[in-house]
Amino acid sequence: MTSITAPAPQRANWRQMLDRPAVAIAVAVLYVAAAITIVLLLDRNSLWYPLFNMIALPIFMLSPIVVASLSIPRTIKIVMLIVMFAVIMPIIGIENPPYLEIAIQVSIFAGLALGLNIVVGFAGLLDLGYVAFFAVGAYLWGMATSPADTIWTENQLTVNYWVTNLGPEAGSLVVGLVSAVQSGAFYLFIFIGIIVAALVGVLLGLPVLRLRGDYLAIVTLGFGEVIRILVRNLDAPTNLTNGSQGLNDIGTPPLPGFYVGFTDSLSRALGIPLNNPEVLANQLLLYTIALVLLFVIILVCSRLKDSPIGRAWTAIREDEVAAIAMGVPLVRMKLLAFASGAAFAGAIGTLYAAKQSFIDPQSFILLQSISILAMVIVGGMGNIKGVVVGAMIVTIIDLHTLSNLSLQLNALRNADLLDIPQQLDPSKYQPLVFGIILVLMMLFRPAGLLPEKSRKLELQERDDEGFEESTELPLTEPVIAESSPER
Amino acid sequence: MLLDVQNLVKSFGGIRAVRNVSISIPESSICAVIGPNGAGKTTFFNLLTGIYKPDEGTVLFDGKSLLGLRPDQVNKAGIARTFQSIRLFHNMTVLENVMVGMHSRLRMSMVETLLRPRSFGEQEREVRAKSIELLRFVGLAGKGDEISKNLPYGDQRRIEIARALASRPRLILLDEPTAGMNPNESDEAMALFRKIRDDLGVTVVLIEHDMRVVMGISEHIDVLDYGEKIASGTPAEIRANPRVIEAYLGKRAAREHGGSDNGTAA
Repeated sequence: MTSITAPAPQRANWRQMLDRPAVAIAVAVLYVAAAITIVLLLDRNSLWYPLFNMIALPIFMLSPIVVASLSIPRTIKIVMLIVMFAVIMPIIGIENPPYLEIAIQVSIFAGLALGLNIVVGFAGLLDLGYVAFFAVGAYLWGMATSPADTIWTENQLTVNYWVTNLGPEAGSLVVGLVSAVQSGAFYLFIFIGIIVAALVGVLLGLPVLRLRGDYLAIVTLGFGEVIRILVRNLDAPTNLTNGSQGLNDIGTPPLPGFYVGFTDSLSRALGIPLNNPEVLANQLLLYTIALVLLFVIILVCSRLKDSPIGRAWTAIREDEVAAIAMGVPLVRMKLLAFASGAAFAGAIGTLYAAKQSFIDPQSFILLQSISILAMVIVGGMGNIKGVVVGAMIVTIIDLHTLSNLSLQLNALRNADLLDIPQQLDPSKYQPLVFGIILVLMMLFRPAGLLPEKSRKLELQERDDEGFEESTELPLTEPVIAESSPER
Repeated sequence: MLLDVQNLVKSFGGIRAVRNVSISIPESSICAVIGPNGAGKTTFFNLLTGIYKPDEGTVLFDGKSLLGLRPDQVNKAGIARTFQSIRLFHNMTVLENVMVGMHSRLRMSMVETLLRPRSFGEQEREVRAKSIELLRFVGLAGKGDEISKNLPYGDQRRIEIARALASRPRLILLDEPTAGMNPNESDEAMALFRKIRDDLGVTVVLIEHDMRVVMGISEHIDVLDYGEKIASGTPAEIRANPRVIEAYLGKRAAREHGGSDNGTAA
């Protein structure tokens, strides 16, 4: 479907031009090249650096989306995306480490938003306590590794303990076993996070099965708070979570040697030798894991959506009574939606704890749930690519745009170019900005930036190979599953 | 008897919506349930399909009790229905609506959905092909990719019927399927109901107010009034039944008619 080359019509407008693969490839390459150039040209000593930085990052971050949206032949598109993710991003990351950090954050929140999208966008169950599942995954890994004064540490149950406290008397077999467990522990905990969060999702789902709309939203909101307060208060009588002090020094996934080597040689090649390549290598590892998780989540989402399960969810969203009368088992499908959404959050939570290395109950407040929901709404409920874009926009505004605006104002103030009071600090206006964005969205694009589109299935029947191809499509590159240009 | 309902009772608070109704539907027939507004017809359908739980009585479908089954289980057992007020999945395409109707006949597992073995693709292809065929059957060929809420009213009624047929039922319950149709459209609808019975072998039960349709198509009619069954028989018998005339037109009118059969009774 992606490579329809119409014989160039007489009055070809730009949209038809873009449908031609050669033009699309050229546009994609130009865009990516321009984005990289802009980022590399940033001059850190310039007075206007924060402003340029503020503009450059979104342009750069959008480039995979641009490539994925253009009608480029599939293999070329995949090659381009791999190059962008595996080559360009690490280079930019070494050049400008905050960009890598934001890429990780965007991947994390995109994964979360996609999980929430299953519950809210696919099945239409408004969940305001989604961050609870995120907390479950994060706390599992946190409790397993943090040296904080919890019962786990006391009883020498943390993963870190096994590794650091192996005496010289331990046999080589034990050492090998422990190091194997330790090196695999993070990945094991991603699976544990998935399973436990899914179970918690079912637990939440069971009592709220009969509720709809606003009532469901209120109960899930309460549930999110229950988990947060539970975590805060579980420091007595037995200290399970270290309460409001949070868990510090949470373990990171073990760093393979070649990551350090790769980072070191890449930085040398770029002419910016690093004092401590491990730090950046670790970031690169987290980036890789985040990206892999995100791709798996996108794949799972697109496969669920395009299946009897996905259709059943949509039917429930549209009309519960009709759905159950048509044979859709309401209870099972709703629980499945809660469980799948929660499972994603559990996996992402594990990664989040490892990345932050410190979590406390304040990391999982209601505002988090709401901003994840805002990502889904801004991007376009139900549309996978839309939700990823939404997560990107909200995360970038939150972490980058506003703080750079503040930096710019400060720089101008310090240079005596601007006479404004110190109190004017855009980075504190985050809720205001989100509020304005949501209001504007509801006024002008209530279905989101990239609204969910219906799939044209009846026409597809006429060329059955087309269907074969479209079922295989998500296997390799799910982002392009709905690749025809929007708008 | 395909469907055998005995002494069905349902009360909502103090209101006894269905009182002691017994109705039998023979296999491969077209039957109608009629009665004035508020007679309990739709409640009766809801009791059959598990949306409400009856207080008393038995429902046997093909010899097996349907009591206590959830609506989706009733659907799986072989009873499909349409709704009085159209309840489509409005933002899904016409074809997807019909595909959802097939849900209870599908193998479905998370593992298969995610790993996509060959059998998954085959099932999906089959679902789509059958749904397209059903759309053709109800006269909606070529409209499968439209968003269902954008279709005209009559077409939406057809989608509901196609969606109900998608679960391959043995019995289909149609709740006022020709409401709001002009004579031409309801003629077409009647032809469709016959086709459902004759071509697909599905037993049809309809709730209907349009007496032209009821008398024109049903082989057997049951009449409800205030939750009670007041008459049962062939169209000719029902037309002549004084209690039916009374229920519809009031006591005085019934007396003036004197039970005479001039077709205006109902």
